[in-house]
Amino acid sequence: MSQSIIRVNQLHKSYVTGSNSLHVLKGLDIDIHQGEMVSIMGSSGSGKSTLLNILGILDNYDAGEYHLNDILIQKMNERKAAAFRNKYIGFIFQSFNLISFKNAMENVALPLYYQGVSRKKRNAKALELLDRLGLKEWWNHLPSELSGGQKQRIAIARSLISEPKVILADEPTGALDTQTSYEVMDILKEVNASGITVIIVTHENDIADMTQRIIRLKDGIIESNHSVDLNKTESGNKVFTQQKSIMS
Amino acid sequence: MIDYLQEIFSTLKQNKLRAIMTGFSVAWGIFMLIILLGSGKGLENGMEFNFKGTSKNALWIWSRRTQVAHDGLKAGRRINFTVADGEMLQRKFEDDMDNFSGRFHLWGDFAVTYKNEYGDFRIEGVMPEFKKIQLVEMQKGRYINEIDIKEFRKSVIISEAVQKHLFKEEVPMGKYIRINRVPFMVVGTFQDPEDKDRKQLYMPLTTTQRVFNGNNRLTEMAISTNATTVAENQRIEDEVRNLLIERHRVAPEDKQAIGIWNTLESFKQAQGVFAGIRMFVWVIGIMTIIAGIVGVSNIMIILVKERTKEIGIRKAIGASPFSIIRLVLSESVLITALAGFFGLVAGMGLLAGVSAILQQVATENQDVQRAFFNPSADLGVALWALAILVTAGLVAGYIPARKASAIRPIEALHDE
Repeated sequence: MSQSIIRVNQLHKSYVTGSNSLHVLKGLDIDIHQGEMVSIMGSSGSGKSTLLNILGILDNYDAGEYHLNDILIQKMNERKAAAFRNKYIGFIFQSFNLISFKNAMENVALPLYYQGVSRKKRNAKALELLDRLGLKEWWNHLPSELSGGQKQRIAIARSLISEPKVILADEPTGALDTQTSYEVMDILKEVNASGITVIIVTHENDIADMTQRIIRLKDGIIESNHSVDLNKTESGNKVFTQQKSIMS
Repeated sequence: MIDYLQEIFSTLKQNKLRAIMTGFSVAWGIFMLIILLGSGKGLENGMEFNFKGTSKNALWIWSRRTQVAHDGLKAGRRINFTVADGEMLQRKFEDDMDNFSGRFHLWGDFAVTYKNEYGDFRIEGVMPEFKKIQLVEMQKGRYINEIDIKEFRKSVIISEAVQKHLFKEEVPMGKYIRINRVPFMVVGTFQDPEDKDRKQLYMPLTTTQRVFNGNNRLTEMAISTNATTVAENQRIEDEVRNLLIERHRVAPEDKQAIGIWNTLESFKQAQGVFAGIRMFVWVIGIMTIIAGIVGVSNIMIILVKERTKEIGIRKAIGASPFSIIRLVLSESVLITALAGFFGLVAGMGLLAGVSAILQQVATENQDVQRAFFNPSADLGVALWALAILVTAGLVAGYIPARKASAIRPIEALHDE
């Protein structure tokens, strides 16, 4: 395997509400290499969302270390955090989180707006990505006019446009039916095949099984951390190899 | 830059009705401010018009009967000024005075005839300096001059209204008109800027005194002082009064016997009143705008709340807090500036319309001009209003913008 893109040592996080302190993450050690596709599983309250927020620099941690692309991510101001997110991380959410009054192309292009890329350039790039995801003819549709699967593909395009190192997907298939879920996973695999690290938070076993490694959290500690049985993912790998050519 | 504007417009377009409703309060505020300021200006113009015909720092001096017995003299004695009084004032107040004119007023209207035309007009004997105290606009010819005075020439200048009455279309210059059967030559025509219909004739003071048995009497005197402040003019007024009281043995408390009208004082008083009105108008106007600001601010807060999720998304994909503040502030400024601009234009438009109508009415009836004339808010006011608007937008957007920038993406995004 190549070098690690995400390295977490003894990560602790507590939430303080009034006099109560809730210790959510109790010393996690995680090492994710560049180009890996990892799923994080756990029941609600296991701390998986908190972990994802910290990995996405949406939240701070209390103790330990978090290196992203060999850069120590410490408590930083919002402006810097925003710049880091923009540069290194693409987000995909369960509820898509597209901006309702912007059409597909504008939604996809938005991260580049915050990079200061000109309208013409970013729209061209957005169209190119939509084309790759088979949504070119839908470019001027609003999110409300699209199906769930289409919306998630637009969200994926948006996460890809800034050419991030890592894609963080929070229950990306949670709002989709099985058929569409698999389609989305296929796309994420393609993305991963192009060299981008993909981390998926899910509670669905079949989704987790399509990734290369599953990290299970329970009560703020890592319960298990193992590679997925190759036999089980054969079917998934097949699709993966088939579509690899399209992405590259 | 264009990009940034497009970003704002695309969100505004989303909420057209809300933007319009929000903007209305601001537009209304500015509209009212402009109307109020314009009206204030109109009243002020009317006031200034009333002073147009007189030198602004003049003293008008007249005499009546005494009201109080004084210095061994009975009450009810008629005080008469003489040429000597005038000469004395001129001598004593040489340093304080710009112009002096004795006046000899003929009581009532006098019959004036020219060929078969005749009319009753007001006649007054004055000195050449009088034209700098009671301002007139010369139309043709000249004013009364020193030679007229010295040689007791029978010259007369007539107002345009008199000219129209007596001469119709004829050229009056050099023609003789008869007053009390005495022929006088018309040497000039003039217009009274305060009242162009005034029927008035001016003649040399000396001639008037001689022809109408005035001897050396003056019915009134007029002075324009070189005072620039009310206090200074007041001092001159007091000194003049004291001197005249002493000469004519009038009781100091007898305000009726010798009257002085100090125009500078009246002018400044009126000006003071209007300065007060103007300030009052600004205060009301700004209060109205503040109500607008609160409205905009309120809506913007709700807007930010509604857009929490959107702002969260923007932040997650790399929007800096500053860009979020800018987004909200720009929207607020844009709404207020645009709406305010409409209010401004509407207010200015209305004032221009009213002004045009008044102008038309004023050509027929000058009384309008005295009360309310040319209401307008000038460019300076418009620029001020614009500055207020932008500030208003910034103020209105400030709290909502702070709220928006404090939104944490995790909370916004997990708010299902």
